[in-house]
Parts: sequence; C-alpha cells; structure tokens
Amino acid sequence: MDRTQARNTFIDLIARFTDYSSKHLPDDVRTKLKELGDREDSQMAKIIYTAMFDDIKMADALNRPVCQDTGVIQYFVRVGTKFPLIDEIEDGLREAVKKATEIAPLRPNAVEVFDEKNTGNNVGTRIPWIDWEIMPNRDDVEIYCYMAGGGCSLPGTAKVLMPLEGYEGVVKFVFDQITSYGINACPPLLVGIGIAGSVEVAAKLSKKALLRPLGSHNSNPRGAELEARIEQGLNDLHIGPGGLSGRSSVMGVHIEQAARHPATIAVGLSTGCWAHRRALIRIDASMGYEVISHRGAKI
Amino acid sequence: MSKIVLQTPISDADIESLSVGDIIYLDGHLVTARDDVHHRLLKQERALPVDLAGKAIFHAGPIMKKIQEKPGRYEVVSIGPTTSMRMEAYEKEFIRRTGLKLIVGKGGMGPQTTEGCRIYKAIHAVFPGGCAVLAATCVEDVESVEWLDLGMPEAMWILRVKEFGPLIVSIDTKGNNLFEKNRRAFEAQKDVVLEEICRHVDYFG
Ligand code: SF4
Repeated sequence: MDRTQARNTFIDLIARFTDYSSKHLPDDVRTKLKELGDREDSQMAKIIYTAMFDDIKMADALNRPVCQDTGVIQYFVRVGTKFPLIDEIEDGLREAVKKATEIAPLRPNAVEVFDEKNTGNNVGTRIPWIDWEIMPNRDDVEIYCYMAGGGCSLPGTAKVLMPLEGYEGVVKFVFDQITSYGINACPPLLVGIGIAGSVEVAAKLSKKALLRPLGSHNSNPRGAELEARIEQGLNDLHIGPGGLSGRSSVMGVHIEQAARHPATIAVGLSTGCWAHRRALIRIDASMGYEVISHRGAKI
Repeated sequence: MSKIVLQTPISDADIESLSVGDIIYLDGHLVTARDDVHHRLLKQERALPVDLAGKAIFHAGPIMKKIQEKPGRYEVVSIGPTTSMRMEAYEKEFIRRTGLKLIVGKGGMGPQTTEGCRIYKAIHAVFPGGCAVLAATCVEDVESVEWLDLGMPEAMWILRVKEFGPLIVSIDTKGNNLFEKNRRAFEAQKDVVLEEICRHVDYFG
C-alpha cells in the first residue's frame, strides 16, 4: 500500500468507526444497563429503561445514532512511535469526522467561538479534540472515539480545593454537582473524577476516567475503595433512570489521579450519560484493525 | 389503565385533570423550540413564524435528512429531548406570549416555569432522555421548517406526531413539580450519605 492509499484507508476506517460508535453502545455499557434495568421495580423506572432498550434496538435495526446529540467528537489517541502513518493521523481524523458526519449522519455540533456559526461538518478550531499519548517502540495505534454530548458535559466542572478541605471536600464537590446538574444528564451516569494538583490536570483525568471499562478499578487500593464508596453513596440517593427516581443512580464511578502539590488538591468531574458512546479501535502497521470496545463489530 | 393521548389543539380542560407522574402520549403538532428560538422571540423581539397556540413544543435539536426525491422536504433521523432547564429564565413568558399548552423536554424546570404553567394553564412533560430513535419513529411527517438559518439543531421543525411518548408529566397546572420534589429527596439523602463516606476518607498521615 502506498502512502496515499494508506491515508485514504485510514480516513475511511475512522469515518466508519466513528459512524458505528454513534449507533452502538459498547459491550460493557449494554451489560450494565441490563443489570441496572433488571433491578428496578417501580413502574416509572421500568418504563424509562424499556424506552432505552427499545431505542438501542431501533438504532441498530434502522442504522441511526442512538441519541440525536452526537456530541463534539473527541479522539484519545495512543500512538506507537513506529506507526507508519503517524504523520497523517491528525489531518486524517479531521477528514474522517467530515465523512462520518455525512454518512451517519451525525448532528453538526461544532460552533465557532466568537463567530457563533455552526461549521456544519463537526470540524472547527481544534475540533475534533485530539488527545495524544505516546507508546514507545510500537508500530500500532489505539484510538478512542468519544462523543461528548451537551447534556452530559453540562455537569462537568473542576475546582482547586485547599488541602485542609481534604478528600471530604472532593466527595462533597462530586455529590453537590451530581444532585444538581447530574440529574438532567440522562442517568444512570458514569462518573469520572480526576484528583490532582491543578485544575487542568484534574479535568483531563476526569475525562480519561470515563474511558476505562466498567468494572475496572483505580490502581491504588484506597482509590478503588473510594470509587466503591462514592458509587454506593450515589446509588443510595436513588436518582433513577432519567432522574425520575429508582433504585440506582450510576453505572459506575471511576477515579484517576496524578500527584498533587502540597498546597492544593484539585478535583475534576466529567459525567457520561447512559448513552455512553465510547469506542476503542486498534490499528496495526498494515492497517488491520480490531474494535476492542464492541466485540465482533463489523464496521 | 387506558392510554392517555392528548390531541392538538390542546384545551385547558384536557390538561387540568393531569397530575405530575402521569404518563401520556401526544397526537398532532409538535414544534421544536430551544435556546435560540426563545432568544429570538424574547430578547430580539422577533415574531415567531409559527402559531403555537394550543400546540406542543419540544426542547430538542434533531438530526434531519433531506429527502432526495422531494426537494425542500426532510425526514427525522434522530430526535430526543434536550435539557429543559436551560430555558427556565424564558419559559414563563414564552408560554404567555404563545399560548402553548405542552412543553416536552428532558429533566426538570424551575419555579418560574411552574408558575407559568399554573397561571396560563400548560404542562411540562419529559420524554426519556437520549431515546432519540424511539422518538423519531413517532414522527409521521416533517411538515416544514422555519428559521433554518439558526442551524439544524436550533431551527423550528414543525412535526406531525402519532402517539408520541411515553411522556411523564413533570409540572402540572396545579403548581406541582415532580423534579423539584425528587431533588429535595435527593438533597436530604445526600447529607446522610456524605456523613457516612466522610468518616472513611481521612488519608492524611
Ligand atoms: S445526556 Fe447523553 S443521552 Fe442525554 S441527550 Fe445528551 S448525549 Fe443524549
């Protein structure tokens, strides 16, 4: 395959992958929703879960986006330094978004700041947002596609606390936000929390926490325990599907951390809604691929 | 229990018997109106291109597709509710000016809308958030579009719907607000839960 050919293959593949991820929820999310839905006993909660499952089925059957808000598209890229197309990724992702917007179709959601004009193709200044991580001595690339909807981004926030507010401050911050904005963000939610020394690191980690598969735990035993406590606590609020009350509130709570400054403890919060459109693809040097988040997916 | 189906034009009598928590469906006209439509009418004082009296509005920004064979006509791909609370500051006045009877959205709205619903006889109901393909299949026809210059999500799409729902009444004409009631319950429980968690998180050496 020559370079132009490889580039076109890459664009085409990512466009189809992005299209696919707007229409199918990942395996772990579908399993979790089923589990939570089965546990509900009120008529209202059951009606909402039934609507969600019907929607998931129809999206698949009719080949349409699960939710109309296909978000601002974000890619989290882990690229091997020897990946042959490394130079083409950034531009390729932008082209792929244009293409996916047309073929899916996705809702045009990129509004240029100051000009206040919707670009119409989901591409704009620094959008799609691309986050980079380097994998030394590897020749493949792993790309997460995440669709950040307006409703689930609304509860997103970050703040630097005084150390003496401690982890109590972190927990309180999360609960205050979920009981106010979170209710409208289409629960059951996936709650991503970042803890760090400054606001931008905490915010970014909170988003990366959403990429972790459901059922995974924080690398630190205390962190894992705190995840479980917050999850239990939020479920005990009985926010229920759609915020209309029910047995549970969240699909999970994920925390990611970076060492902090002695004088600060920063907390970031990102929420994912039930329509958690997170997909992961691995592409090797010869353009072979595997969709890791959706087993057996044909794209 | 028989299915409650509202039909546009909706009369005051149709909705006065409804209470928060009731599950209803809609037949007739549903018009999308979200942030920019509210802004144009109330901040820019521009006349609405659609008469909303007795009708229903939908806080939604859909994905639409042009129908190739019929120029100027569209079909709905995916249409679900957006967060209603963003319209809170405007909705009471919007109800007064338009005479609309049903607001469909997602999540709760606040005290001003609750008051507006009580005074001008209207209700707010939620469609299950994110269930956009389900909603699209309840749309029989996209009759027309206005203010398309606002972009696809913000334009006014005039839809004819059949058994559009389930819709859960969240604000009724009697001053009840389901989400507000829920929120108070969540808040009260929050303090209990926080106290318990905070007993375990002193990690400082
Ligand atoms: S919060 Fe999620 S499911 Fe709800 S409308 Fe937004 S993107 Fe869709």
